[in-house]
Amino acid sequence: MTDTTSIAPPTKQRHWRERIDLPVATAFACIILLLFLGSLYSPNFLSPEYLLQQLKVGAFLGVIATGMMLVILLGQIDLSVPWTVTLGAMMASAAVSWGPMGEMFAIPFGVLCGVLVGLVNGIGVAYLRIPSMIITLAVNAVAQGLMVAYTGGFAPQDTASGAMKWIAAQSTLGVPHAVVVWAIVGALAVFLLSRTTFGRSVYGIGNKEVAAYLSGVIIAFALCGGLAAFGGVLLAGYAGKAAQSMGDAYLLPAIAAVVLGGTSILGGRGSYLGTVAGVILITLLQSILSVMQIAEFGRQIIYGGVIIVMLLLYGRAPRVRS
Amino acid sequence: MKDWRFWLAEQRGTLTAFAIFVVMFGFYVMNHPAGFTPNVVQTAANKGVLLALVAMAQTFVVLTAGIDLSVGMVFILCNCLASYVVVGSPLMVVGGVVAVILTGAVCGAINAAIVIVGRLQPIVATIASGAVFFGIALWIRPFPGSDPGFASDFADALTGKVFGIVPASLIFLAVAVLVIWIPFRRSVLGRTVYASGSSEVAAYMSGMPLKRAKFLAYVLSGVFASFAGLYLTFFTYSGEASAANGNTYTLYSIAAVVLGGVSLFGGRGSAVGAIFGALAFRAIGDLLFVFEIDPLWQPLFQGVVLLLAVSIGSARLFQVRNRLDLFG
Repeated sequence: MTDTTSIAPPTKQRHWRERIDLPVATAFACIILLLFLGSLYSPNFLSPEYLLQQLKVGAFLGVIATGMMLVILLGQIDLSVPWTVTLGAMMASAAVSWGPMGEMFAIPFGVLCGVLVGLVNGIGVAYLRIPSMIITLAVNAVAQGLMVAYTGGFAPQDTASGAMKWIAAQSTLGVPHAVVVWAIVGALAVFLLSRTTFGRSVYGIGNKEVAAYLSGVIIAFALCGGLAAFGGVLLAGYAGKAAQSMGDAYLLPAIAAVVLGGTSILGGRGSYLGTVAGVILITLLQSILSVMQIAEFGRQIIYGGVIIVMLLLYGRAPRVRS
Repeated sequence: MKDWRFWLAEQRGTLTAFAIFVVMFGFYVMNHPAGFTPNVVQTAANKGVLLALVAMAQTFVVLTAGIDLSVGMVFILCNCLASYVVVGSPLMVVGGVVAVILTGAVCGAINAAIVIVGRLQPIVATIASGAVFFGIALWIRPFPGSDPGFASDFADALTGKVFGIVPASLIFLAVAVLVIWIPFRRSVLGRTVYASGSSEVAAYMSGMPLKRAKFLAYVLSGVFASFAGLYLTFFTYSGEASAANGNTYTLYSIAAVVLGGVSLFGGRGSAVGAIFGALAFRAIGDLLFVFEIDPLWQPLFQGVVLLLAVSIGSARLFQVRNRLDLFG
């Protein structure tokens, strides 16, 4: 029964050296390495303005990756993120055009639509026992179909509400609101995972499914859908409006951020700090590659290569034995 | 139990996929204004064969209890490469085709190395390697296009009709099954692929050649993705590094594999089932055209059909007495 030792996050009583997580440490080391390499290219990489700008861009991915992490901790995966993001953005923008009431409730309405998508995923996984990869794929197709039919295949004309723009694009005293939102979402996630029954059962399901049958699966998928839609709402606020397939660019980075942060794709192991590190790492990598004006093909190759190399450093499965 | 009942139980997924395909395609042909003519069959076959080849590629990996999310990108990479090298004299064309197939095999071998030697989870490893393959495709073909000397006669021969009746693409598919799939299925390595999917530890303890079998599965997956890439080039005469296209084929290949009765948990199903799954999936999409439904509703319709298909596929849940039995 070695399973008990691998249940994260570690308790406070243990010695500090045992508490350092190899993946999290590696991810942070890579962030520092990236910043160092960037600063050799241009000293601007170490300026507070640049770093805050990166955090702001990373906040959107951070919110989406938080939901993805909950699902991956269960040993499941959510492939419906791309169109849940788009759906959240489009529905929130659509609500704005319904008058003052719509404008007031634009953000909660967008998130609620995402929660509904997540509920369908969760019910399919928990009650129908459909593999999550399949049901979320199908739900993604349905969400896409709904949005294409709703918008007629064009970018919708509705614009984001003032509140959406305020939380996504503006800042107070130099601190972007999006970063604050991510911090709040992250704090709630940490609280949920470490201090509630739900959180313990999430780790429990990932480790041994029979033990924690059903409990939490539906909630986790609903949260993932809600957070993905919230990420979409923020993106719509940032860009001023929603667009077709705006979420496509977020599926792979969200999975990569969670996995690079040391969360096992098989579930049961991983810490939120790791996900934060993964999000910052991926945002920095994308930013530095684009600042260095490397062509799109080179960015793709380096991006994929870095993920493989980092996982080879610490993400390896144990050897097959009896 | 009698032998035929064992056979029936083993082939249930494939037969179900075949039945769905026959019903859907029958429905399509009956409502098609031109009816059951060689041209209608050829058009349907040419659309279906691309997905069928990608779905077969996906099957090899899924049988090992893995998943290949880079299969669409290998497909796109081979398409881009083929638009350069399938040119000139017949001898050069053959050389070009071999080069494309080898490229697919190398892509599969890279995935195999990461998964087997690197011991990474296939799902994340192939997401990352897919990004690399797509990057290379974009590198060699930044803008859609083709070589002026493209061997269009050769392409037409492989996408046309043999004796004016049978679509050549279907014959290619049948040959691929006979020459590659059936010998693979009957070989020791093929059986090891099934064994590794149903219980890797048991296969390891039985001394089966696990690593070689998995390696072969990934390489064959790359080879079939390259077949699909070649066929896309034959249809369009050009190469295009489209990420959307690659992702769509990856996702549809998973859907086709599930419709075709291949278990995502590994060890169950066959590539023949995946072919019918792919053809059925395409036939469902085509139904919209014959009923003249607004194309805007097509994605929604396909999504709903997919959702229903997978939900019904899991209906065995309602037949078991203790649901905890379903957890391994």
